[in-house]
Amino acid sequence: MTAKNQRLVLALLAVAAIVAAALLALSALKDQAAFFYAPSDVKRDGVPVGRAVRLGGMVEKGSVARAEDGVTVRFTVTDGQATTPVTFAGIVPDLFREGSGVVAEGSFRPDGAFVATNLLAKHDEKYMPPELAKTSAGTMHETKSLTK
Amino acid sequence: MTRLVDFSPWPLRHVHANVAFPAPCHISTFTVPALHAFANPARFLRIAKPLTPVLTWLGIALVAIGSWVGLTLTPPDYLQGDTVRIMYIHVPTAWLGMGGWSGIAISSIAFLVWRHPLAAIAARAIAAPGATFAALCLVTGSIWGRPTWGTWWQWDGRLTSMLLLFFVYVSYLALARADAEREGDGRIPAIFGIAGTILLPIIRYSVVWWNTLHQGPSIGLTKSTIAGAILWPLPIVLTGATLFFAGVVLMRMRTLLARAKAEARLRRMARA
Repeated sequence: MTAKNQRLVLALLAVAAIVAAALLALSALKDQAAFFYAPSDVKRDGVPVGRAVRLGGMVEKGSVARAEDGVTVRFTVTDGQATTPVTFAGIVPDLFREGSGVVAEGSFRPDGAFVATNLLAKHDEKYMPPELAKTSAGTMHETKSLTK
Repeated sequence: MTRLVDFSPWPLRHVHANVAFPAPCHISTFTVPALHAFANPARFLRIAKPLTPVLTWLGIALVAIGSWVGLTLTPPDYLQGDTVRIMYIHVPTAWLGMGGWSGIAISSIAFLVWRHPLAAIAARAIAAPGATFAALCLVTGSIWGRPTWGTWWQWDGRLTSMLLLFFVYVSYLALARADAEREGDGRIPAIFGIAGTILLPIIRYSVVWWNTLHQGPSIGLTKSTIAGAILWPLPIVLTGATLFFAGVVLMRMRTLLARAKAEARLRRMARA
């Protein structure tokens, strides 16, 4: 083996080790690096009442209701396994709608409901023109990352 | 066996000083003769000079055509409306921001293994356009995020790892420059170039393995979740941006080579 081949092997081993380290770190940080908790995470692990967290999932179809005061919105966030009731007082993002992804920033109340101080709409990876969306309306928002 | 960790610098004076040093690759034992032909700086310049304007202008033309088509001919998205059109800039910049670092990593490996200075110059030349494209990716993503998510910025896995890549680019630029100014042998920037590769799988898989605000990958090897009517201009801008990027890299490589030549001449004059 010439010195050049040794260096080549060494460099390729270094790259393989770096990529493997990255993939290990990715899977190890799966829970810590999560941007939000899904309702089933909350159900399984529990989140202390009052701690500022993010809750993410799909806005359950037919769950959005406006309170009499006109600014408070109530809806249910689901990930297909568990659901969490959410209340939010304020302006919802344009892309906030039933059956679509949402990330709510806020905290849990003692009764298990989530009080959001800010809502973010989560877009999925599907892009389509309006006429196409009408034909496949049933499944278009079902993203892998939000429904487990 | 001592040569396993012997990363001696390339410059020829070392070769003359040390007879035991393996012969420079282009003289004897290069294993890939076809590639080796381009590693000769004089031959590289002969090819790069006419190629630079071709790549650059063809790239600009394709980006212009693709952007025009993307702004006028394609339909809006059912949910995002016209905001979806930012994709025609955002995706190519993200692609080249990450692709640029792959180029730095490959050039760095080539430099460490074959010790050819042209590989180090290629890595240095990629860094500035790579950093620019990574920054453009962050900016266009932010502009897309405001109407879509309702926020300019969130510290989610994808956004944060891409910001880190931008910082790593900037660090690489500073490191490579400092190394060149102190007449270093280029090994430290090359090792940094390989180490930085750690970010590429993290960026790629952040949206798959972590909960993130950023959506999962839309474009896979075989299929895409973007409807054809919206997707089709993307390959045009992607090709155009890649050609433009390559043109800029060739331009910068020629500049760096010219500068090295001028500095060597100045040094010779100072000595005489």
